[in-house]
Amino acid sequence: MDDALLRSLTPGVLGVLVRRGADFAAAEDAVQDALVEAVRTWPADPPRDPKGWLVAVAWRRFLDATRADAARRRREDLVDDEPAPPPVSGLDDTLHLYFLCAHPSLTPSSAVALTLRAVGGLTTRQIAQAYLVPEATMAQRISRAKRTVAGVRFDQPGDVGTVLRVLYLVFNEGYSGDVDLVAEAIRLTRQLAAAIDHPEVAGLLALMLLHHARRASRTAPDGSLVPLAEQDRTRWDTAAIAEGVGILQIALSRDRLGQFQAQAAVAALHADAPTAEQTDWVQIVEWYDALVLLTDSPVVRLNRAVAVGEADGARAGLAVLATLDDTVPRYAAVAAYLHERDGDPATAARLYAEAARKAPNAAERDHLTRQAARLNTGR
Amino acid sequence: MAKYLLLKHYRGGPAPCNDVPMDKWTPEEVTAHIQYMNDFAARLEETGEFVDGQALAPEGEWVRYDGEGRPPITDGPFAETKDLIAGWMIIDVDSYERAVALTGELSAAPGAGGEPIHEWIELRPFLAHPPTITE
Repeated sequence: MDDALLRSLTPGVLGVLVRRGADFAAAEDAVQDALVEAVRTWPADPPRDPKGWLVAVAWRRFLDATRADAARRRREDLVDDEPAPPPVSGLDDTLHLYFLCAHPSLTPSSAVALTLRAVGGLTTRQIAQAYLVPEATMAQRISRAKRTVAGVRFDQPGDVGTVLRVLYLVFNEGYSGDVDLVAEAIRLTRQLAAAIDHPEVAGLLALMLLHHARRASRTAPDGSLVPLAEQDRTRWDTAAIAEGVGILQIALSRDRLGQFQAQAAVAALHADAPTAEQTDWVQIVEWYDALVLLTDSPVVRLNRAVAVGEADGARAGLAVLATLDDTVPRYAAVAAYLHERDGDPATAARLYAEAARKAPNAAERDHLTRQAARLNTGR
Repeated sequence: MAKYLLLKHYRGGPAPCNDVPMDKWTPEEVTAHIQYMNDFAARLEETGEFVDGQALAPEGEWVRYDGEGRPPITDGPFAETKDLIAGWMIIDVDSYERAVALTGELSAAPGAGGEPIHEWIELRPFLAHPPTITE
């Protein structure tokens, strides 16, 4: 039994049921039943059309469950009244499900949980472990999310941007427990890219691949962070980099620039440099200029100050920094770095210590504390 | 998505508005207070934001290493210790604003006279997992 095949078919099957009028929770139950049935019968009797088989079995289960439940008589009428569902391509149904699970009426954490459950086919327990909350809490979060989107009908296509923000969150903020959320985010984005032709979807996929390619070199064996300039570039995954760059180039050639393509372009320039010294910082500054126009994000402006510091010297970076809001997260860390490059270790040490106190996670805090300690003890 | 610790102190924070020690309340008021806390936790489970809640005994000791081959030293409790933790709740919420709103709700637990205590609760963010995208 091919678990990966089953998981890749699930969202499309669920999408068909939801489009035919099944409410979300009932549809999911029916699909789960069909999956159990598939695991039981396929090894001896594999279907020629696995997806068609799953849709047929799940739909029958849904109708059975609906009929069996007298309290749901009204829905049964609704189903019976509906004309036979038109055959729609599986890709549209998958897409429909992505939009549903990232619906703007959901909070980010609910959209993430529902996407992983319904599109990704992960169990509630796996999702709870990935976000370090009790399983009961995650079960409630998912069932509330299902209720929130239960009445949503898609008369017009949703905004793909909402889906991309959810997938970005999965990629960027997952813990690494039993389930590798980073790999799962890439899988889901790849599946989305196959379902919709959109340069920003491709841009996000490229961004993920390019960052994922550096994963092995980003932390030392003891778990401490290794800054980009000090990473062992021989450990970067060149196949993932080549794939990311290829996807990005095709996306950029469409001439519909968006923030994920621009971020991926920065990542590609880093990936392309054989050594940290050979990084094309001038081009990176240009991409940050584009990103500032696209997003007007204070975090992007802060990253741009770092890039200017590398391209035009620390003094120039500090001049840009002076124009920014100093309450942006990691402002002190950037200031410390630029002051050290500018030959002022005392100020840098003070700012590294301040940055460590404000760090949003333990790995960054420890890294910044070591930087302050290095400067304070002259090592 | 961020986790926060809501820390209740027996003492150490600024004085609350309704500052009557719990042993001077009526038994019904004590029951109402505990019920409020339980209901609050149940509501958070319902919204998918509850992570953990625990109470601590007020009496504790200080313990430290005392050198190779020697048992740890225990000392205290020290009556003069200013800060004393009563218990905590851990929440997982979408924003800092939501964390503040929930902490305010918890602080409104009823005390003497059935009136909200306006107890000061310490709100501390957890250090998160480092993001995948770091530059």
